[in-house]
Amino acid sequence: MIEPRVIKELEAVVGKQHVLSSPEDLIAYSYDSTFEEHKPDIIVNPANTEEVSQVMRIAYRENVPVVPRGMGSGLAAASIPYSGGMVLSLTRMNRILEIDEENMIATVEAGVVTADFQAKVEEMGLFYPPDPSSIKHSTIGGNIACNAGGPRCLKYGVTSDYVLGLTAVLPNGDIIKTGGKAIKNVTGLNLTQLLIGSEGTLAIITEAMLRLMPKPKHARTAMAVYARLDDAAKTVNAILLEGVVPATIELMDDTTINTIEEYLHLGLPTDAAAILIIETDGSDEQTVLREMETVARVARECGATDVRVAQTEAERNELWRGRRSVSPSLARRRPNKLGEDISVPRSAIPEAIRRIKAISEKYRLPIVVFGHAGDGNLHPNILFDKRDPDEWHRVEQVSAEIFGMAVELGGTLTGEHGVGVLKQPYLELALGKTAIALQQGIKKVFDPKGLLNPGKKFPAA
Amino acid sequence: MAQQRRETIPHLPTEEQYLNCIRCGLCLSACPIYRESLRETDGPRAHVVLTRKYAEGEIDISPQFVDIMYKCLDCEACNAICPVGIRPADLAMEMRQVIHKAKPQPWLKKPIFHGYFPHPLIQELSVLPLLLYQRLGLQTLARKLGILKLLPRQLQDMEHMVPKLPARPLRQVLPEEMPPVGEEKHRVAFFLGCFQSTIFAEESEATVRVMARNGCRVITPKAVKCCGMPAAGYGDIDLVKSLARFNIDLFLPLNPDVIVTDCATCGSTLKHYAEILKDDPNYAQKAAVFSSKVRDISEFLMSIDIRPPKGEVRARVTYHDPCHLVRAQKVRKQPRDLLRMIPGVEFVEMKESDWCCGSAGTQILTHYHNSLAVNRRKMENVRATEADIVATGCPGCQMQLHMGANHYKVNVRVVHPIQLLEEAYRREEADLGKDSPTGE
Repeated sequence: MIEPRVIKELEAVVGKQHVLSSPEDLIAYSYDSTFEEHKPDIIVNPANTEEVSQVMRIAYRENVPVVPRGMGSGLAAASIPYSGGMVLSLTRMNRILEIDEENMIATVEAGVVTADFQAKVEEMGLFYPPDPSSIKHSTIGGNIACNAGGPRCLKYGVTSDYVLGLTAVLPNGDIIKTGGKAIKNVTGLNLTQLLIGSEGTLAIITEAMLRLMPKPKHARTAMAVYARLDDAAKTVNAILLEGVVPATIELMDDTTINTIEEYLHLGLPTDAAAILIIETDGSDEQTVLREMETVARVARECGATDVRVAQTEAERNELWRGRRSVSPSLARRRPNKLGEDISVPRSAIPEAIRRIKAISEKYRLPIVVFGHAGDGNLHPNILFDKRDPDEWHRVEQVSAEIFGMAVELGGTLTGEHGVGVLKQPYLELALGKTAIALQQGIKKVFDPKGLLNPGKKFPAA
Repeated sequence: MAQQRRETIPHLPTEEQYLNCIRCGLCLSACPIYRESLRETDGPRAHVVLTRKYAEGEIDISPQFVDIMYKCLDCEACNAICPVGIRPADLAMEMRQVIHKAKPQPWLKKPIFHGYFPHPLIQELSVLPLLLYQRLGLQTLARKLGILKLLPRQLQDMEHMVPKLPARPLRQVLPEEMPPVGEEKHRVAFFLGCFQSTIFAEESEATVRVMARNGCRVITPKAVKCCGMPAAGYGDIDLVKSLARFNIDLFLPLNPDVIVTDCATCGSTLKHYAEILKDDPNYAQKAAVFSSKVRDISEFLMSIDIRPPKGEVRARVTYHDPCHLVRAQKVRKQPRDLLRMIPGVEFVEMKESDWCCGSAGTQILTHYHNSLAVNRRKMENVRATEADIVATGCPGCQMQLHMGANHYKVNVRVVHPIQLLEEAYRREEADLGKDSPTGE
């Protein structure tokens, strides 16, 4: 419970209409894109960094837990307010403050929708590469807090590769600025990178300085079909060894292909063991075409039974439609899905998929596997009905086995979704006690009272 | 509790309508209301979750709950974008039915207005939806939505919703039957909408004449009643059903090839009669026949062998997709083809042409600030086209665009596409010294 005098004080900072606490509001801010939910006591929607600072000062003084939130599209329950207290929603902070064309750096507020930002810079011939599949319904702040990736990471890297500086508010209300427009910067510890991926546990990110690139003018897309999973995996490395770095190499396994086909009838090869969707891009059309020729040749040499290169934009969209249809078709099959996000060394992909299939059979739960083959980031999605307690129990067992397998193969728990709370039980497996204790110590420096997004990312000390 | 609610509450949405929502939040990106308010509670995802929580007995109908369901523009952008096939806008509409039936006390039964509408302009504007609601016995519901608390600026904006009202409703003026010019190729029953009759009479006159020029015998039943959309918007499904039955009995005996309307909203409702009456043993089949014959005017004209006009309309023209046409009826291409057919028209697409204009019938009355905010995005996209004319086949959208053009100072003329076609035919007829068809 938040005392009425505290509510009054918060209202005085952000305006009465931006402090919410009706039963409907509490429900609407109790969930994210997982199946988890927990209601906060209050929701505060500040308009700028200064207001965030004042709100944090009040919360700190009153010992109110604060959980920052963007558009609530997270997949690890990192923004669910299990602690109660305050949800600090940053969606109103959606201004693009500056696009510095000369230095190719944009300064934006945390609540800017990533797709809006991308469209804006592309109008100017510029390019912000990170492309999480939630791009239309996630914010830059959330992307930074979880270090979001996406298909294009293979060539262009993840969100952290584009963040040059941050403005953030510490739990006690102090405002810090990290990094800046200088590309090279070793002045002090790299706090920018420390805050990226910290899932709102260290400070509230309110503004970011983002590096931009010139927009690639041309792209080519192909679909390669495989009768054997290992051939698909082999292709990935063979392409890179040929000196071609495609923008994306996306993989779908047979269960994924069949699930899509069953629901959407796109004409995908249902007898294939795997499909790769490969895209090359760049500024010079001839180079892009040549690279695609190499990709097609290498795919065939590695055993692809069919390679289709899109000749028109419409054909290109058709190829991508299959990949984009994965999540929707999964959700049509069962009421709930748990999308895991393991990352393994590229060479371990076939083994990882084989083991996932064995786990799926063992626990009698459908698991579809798709993901970013180029960087070894796989999304095994477990399909289930949470209303069935036995099924839910088996889901937990499946998760544990998948995480164990990922670590055993030299990989890790999460590549781009974050730890949140869902992956915490397995954290020690991946990091070890000492590394966790170190992180808890860092947390204590930023947040001595333990009020900021408590219990997320790593266990409270 | 959940089971109890399911048994006792009529019109409660079924579990299938919300259960598979994965809460991804993609719908937020398409929701015009959320994109302005930036408040999760206003978004489609909240409609789904709150419907579920209500059905499961976790929350009750509160004033805020009512407001959330009524704030929805029913533009269906969320329905269209949902990867799973959930229809959040439909859930909001169905929850209005639940609210209407449940009539939670006592805030719904607030004392009747003191002194009716205090401003004379409001009374003049009662030809607007308000009049409909009065006729339909819905004013009690409209009142609770705060219509009385109108602001001065809102009154000014409302004044700019309508260009000029016709002296007499078109229903009284239009001939009951308009013979075709030349050989009869189609027997058309024309569904004259309320807005078209009382406000945009010129447009429906044009619609009838354009059809007559293209081999249609056009029968306009004078006894026609409201399609039922306003009643549906206020959750009164019983009233919608009775209007549907009336109109079906009026139109089917005329034995038309098609039933044409030039109002996107009427069209979407008329096409929905089959669904609305599917459980009525006496009307299910008739309703199916009725709905199968309904066509939007652009849809109809582009499906027949229409003669392109020879007269010119020299203008840069853009097109706004009414939600009730582009999503509710999947009519996207035909109005554009119709405009491109007119000599002299330089057609230019606007950005986000299918983004809601913020009208949703009565939102400018009930949710003034939301409606204006949503409209700003639309008007800026119109401005960017530098078009002389914005065409749209929906009276609600037209009023909202009129209002927005004034409010946001965008120099653009708002028309129904059919008016430009009519102008082109008229110019052709004037050049040839011919009279336009009058039916007399």
